[in-house]
Amino acid sequence: MKLITAILKPFKLDDVKDALQAAGITGMTVSEASGFGRQKGHTEVYRGAEYTVDLVPKVRLEVLVDDADASNIVDVIVKAAGTGSIGDGKVWTTTVDQVVRVRTGERGPDAI
Amino acid sequence: MELSSGDTAWVLMSSAMVLLMTPGLAFCYGGMVRTKSVLNMMMMSMITIGIVSILWVIYGFELAFGYKADSPWYGNFSLSGLSSHVDDLTNNGGVYPIPMLVFAAFQLMFAIITPALISGAIADRTKFISWAIFVAIWSTVVYFPVAHWVFAFGNKVGDTVTGTGFLAGKGLEDFAGGTAVHVNAGAAGLALAIVLGKRVGWRKESMRPHSLPLVMLGAGLLWFGWFGFNAGSALGANGLAGLAFMNTQVATAGALVGWLLVEKIRNGHATSLGAASGAVAGLVAITPACAFVAPWAAVAIGFFAGILCSLAVSLKYKFGFDDSLDVVGVHLVGGIWGSLAIGFFGSSAVNSLGVDGILYGGGFDLLVKQSYGVALVAAYSFIVTLIIGYAIEKTIGFRVKRDVEVEGIDLKEHAESAYEYTSSSRGGSAL
Repeated sequence: MKLITAILKPFKLDDVKDALQAAGITGMTVSEASGFGRQKGHTEVYRGAEYTVDLVPKVRLEVLVDDADASNIVDVIVKAAGTGSIGDGKVWTTTVDQVVRVRTGERGPDAI
Repeated sequence: MELSSGDTAWVLMSSAMVLLMTPGLAFCYGGMVRTKSVLNMMMMSMITIGIVSILWVIYGFELAFGYKADSPWYGNFSLSGLSSHVDDLTNNGGVYPIPMLVFAAFQLMFAIITPALISGAIADRTKFISWAIFVAIWSTVVYFPVAHWVFAFGNKVGDTVTGTGFLAGKGLEDFAGGTAVHVNAGAAGLALAIVLGKRVGWRKESMRPHSLPLVMLGAGLLWFGWFGFNAGSALGANGLAGLAFMNTQVATAGALVGWLLVEKIRNGHATSLGAASGAVAGLVAITPACAFVAPWAAVAIGFFAGILCSLAVSLKYKFGFDDSLDVVGVHLVGGIWGSLAIGFFGSSAVNSLGVDGILYGGGFDLLVKQSYGVALVAAYSFIVTLIIGYAIEKTIGFRVKRDVEVEGIDLKEHAESAYEYTSSSRGGSAL
């Protein structure tokens, strides 16, 4: 099993979510995040004083999938999240040892 | 003289509007600080409403507007309790057909907002009890006497006038408080910013406003309330109030546009904080002038105030004092400009109580009087505030401890936090 983590532009969340549901994904976890990559931050001006804001608001989306589906789902996310401009985010996968569904106690791929 | 119900209704309404300016100021200031100190910032205004109202009843109104001492410097030392009869009419250089208590209520609201304005200079770092004590002392030795100098036109019986304030008697034109309120609060703000020193991390870490919508809300409330402040100062529902009302509107509009123009040219963006700040700068500048100039002049005064104040707010970085929310740049500079502007734009054609300024062929006479008033109020306020400030600093301390400031003054001074960010932060149980 794999955990796919995607860092997205907040306004692309709906597109990615719809694409994942269309690809058969039935659950996900989304959290607010902030950070920067090559895009860096931006500058804001208050009463003439400039502030550099390094950390840009982002959304972190996490999905658990079977090993066989991982590559395809990553492609779905990348396709839906892209705008072609700097700051589109990143997607990565990590291997997961165990998954348990709390309600039934099912383990492994059955719990996904 | 018979009581006028129209005049009385307008001044009662104006009093309520001027009171609303102080919570409005609390929103304006509260939005400009960081999330960890918004409640403390707003509480500095709220406690001022509490303290000054009480002092006003006990002795404040007598000290500012009493006439029995017949002194140009203060009204009267007396524990009055404001126990006049409901039918007593206002006498301030002449009889007005409104009850004395209505005049006292209206002037109270000015006495409240003036010290509240100062709090912006010392955001995020002021010990709450010390602020409360400061407000009581400052009102007593600075605001109440200065209000007497500027606003007390004396008790007129027949042709005899007793107890006229010093600057009122010298011919200073300050319709609604350019000197007594704004120069006064601005100079005091500068003094306290010096006494308390810079915030931890000033110019190193980001201190950007945490909620601009709150600032906009506050600016809107201030703008609305300011019609009571300026037009209410006519003490009647009449043409003078109409002139003050119109000038208040157009000067504020001019300043808003002026400030945004500077930003657009200098930084490339017109900001919402700039719009709010420009509006306040215009309101400040037109305050002394609102009933002495024609509306076209009000636009000019406002427009130039917007430009001047937007440039003045950067001075603190050059001089290295942390006037956190620009009380000096907006209120001191705007108040000085508005007061002096009457020397140029003053016109006896729009108001026969006024005097012609330079542009109307009146010569430099009025400008000299205005400069004198500004200088006296600014110097008195700055020096006395420095003394009060250092006295508090050396005894009970004026500033919170460093860890309180870093961790957040809301939590440490008030045991509250303004915002609930996530459902998990709701945790804990009642004791």
